[in-house]
Amino acid sequence: MYANTVGRKTFQFANYTFLILLSLTCLFPLIHVLAISFSSSSAATAGLVTFWPVDFTTKSYQYILEEPAFIRSFGVALQRVALGTVLNMLLTVLVAYPLSKEARVFRYRTVYAWYFVFTILLSGGLIPWYMTIKATGIMDTLWALVLPGAVPVFNVILMLNFFRGLPKELEESAFIDGSGYWGALWRIYIPLSKASLATVALFTVVGHWNAWFDGLILMNSPDHYPLSTYLQTILTKINMSSLTSDQAKELAAVSDRTAKAAQIFLGALPILCVYPFLQRYFVKGIVLGSVKE
Amino acid sequence: MLRLRRFRDMPLHLMLLPGVILVFIYSYLPLAGIAIGFQKFMPSKGLFGSKWTGLDNLHYMLNMPGIGQVVWNTFYISSLKILFGLLVPIVIALLLNEIAAHRIKKTFQTLIYLPHFLSWIILGGILVDILSPGHGIVNQILGLFGIKPIYFLGNNDWFPFTLVASDIWKEFGFNTIVYLAALTSINPALYEAAYIDGAGRWKQTWYVTLPGMLPIIVLLATLSLGNVLNAGFDQVFNLYSPAVYESGDIIDTLVYRTGLVDMQYGVATIVGVFKSAISLVLISFSYWAAYRFANYRIF
Repeated sequence: MYANTVGRKTFQFANYTFLILLSLTCLFPLIHVLAISFSSSSAATAGLVTFWPVDFTTKSYQYILEEPAFIRSFGVALQRVALGTVLNMLLTVLVAYPLSKEARVFRYRTVYAWYFVFTILLSGGLIPWYMTIKATGIMDTLWALVLPGAVPVFNVILMLNFFRGLPKELEESAFIDGSGYWGALWRIYIPLSKASLATVALFTVVGHWNAWFDGLILMNSPDHYPLSTYLQTILTKINMSSLTSDQAKELAAVSDRTAKAAQIFLGALPILCVYPFLQRYFVKGIVLGSVKE
Repeated sequence: MLRLRRFRDMPLHLMLLPGVILVFIYSYLPLAGIAIGFQKFMPSKGLFGSKWTGLDNLHYMLNMPGIGQVVWNTFYISSLKILFGLLVPIVIALLLNEIAAHRIKKTFQTLIYLPHFLSWIILGGILVDILSPGHGIVNQILGLFGIKPIYFLGNNDWFPFTLVASDIWKEFGFNTIVYLAALTSINPALYEAAYIDGAGRWKQTWYVTLPGMLPIIVLLATLSLGNVLNAGFDQVFNLYSPAVYESGDIIDTLVYRTGLVDMQYGVATIVGVFKSAISLVLISFSYWAAYRFANYRIF
């Protein structure tokens, strides 16, 4: 509701201009890196590249895709995402469903709920956490990356609030038809929350893909690094001494800068493919799940 | 009857069992590990074989050179992040709300929350490249205006600013969408009524839109209190260097270096416990305040 005055039109023009510029600041850094990754090393080193490749070449990508460490860590990351997401989703559902019952139906619900929520409030800190994982003997295995965070408490809270919003009559009718809790969870709650579960799963995938710190401290051998950890070690420091002369020669054609740009882009690519599908979640999931009147 | 009830609840207990066990091992056992903070801990001797040293580690921590600076850096960086992290999305949400075309609005939203999903590894790599004083595009652009190259990541005057600005840049899109979602629940009749009463667009924003957003603003503000000691380990760790420890070293990076690089496990643990304890108070207070002022409960 507004009058279409000159002032309004001026505002709209300024507003659009500002928002377009703002969106571009979010997009251009990535486009810039993409342009560098497809440019020749001399152009990149000379700083000639802005938002379009100069002397277009795919050399950087050829170089990266022949780098065994990159391929290996990509594989570890895929395994981690697969195993971690399955485990996280399984435990999220199994914990959220009993906690979504009211205390008069499931007497110990509140005790269990506090048991899980308390872990958000207090943690032992980095060193005791590290020592515990070491003591459980899973260091340097894929399990170290998925078991310590296997119960994502925030997602549990999200899903339990969602389960609670479903009509109880559906579950009651299932009980009358002879189903138990397992049946009700499997045949009623899970099918009804497919959309929410899918979005939580996508967030979990993004989380596992991006996680790097646990890989860095829990994996003794760089062979076991997931992609994010591998990228961390190469993007934040330049280590020329470890390069053999063959690799150094290759680098002359590829240059440190274009190679890094290619790896940044390849590391971001899966996220870029997935994230536009997450938007629905904000409006329906986060807001409904966390903010209640 | 009681026995029947216990039997009936059995499946629910069973469902919880795997989660309870995993959380016990990886969240509760580390709490017992706090004892490391009061020991001269040797991994080879374990928690029971290491020598108890009482409060020695605490004394050591308090006398560490630069500890005050680190606490101040943490507080300073996180406070600025919290403040601007709240304000910027409010402004952007109001501006986006003025756009009537649904599809254009969606496109803007999708673009501005892209950085939220990228890790600080990816963004760190990008920032190191574009902020470089030599070939970085930001300094090239500044050069067009005759500004000398700025070493954003290597200069103590600029580093905290770079941290805060890049963090806001990464996260503002996400919170903007949370605010926008709150705006969709405002009854359109309120705008019509305000219009009939002669309110222009400014007054409608001030008297209808902002009050409609207030509950979620209060909620996010109170919940962010729990983050006062979290200045963002992922970000700082991937952007800092010894040259900017003075302005950029925070509690979490100090714990990492002390514990896992210098292997002073006891000292690192006590610093971590110190932070956890203060955070416990802050988070509890923030949840209490969120419940009190925004009627918010997490479960």
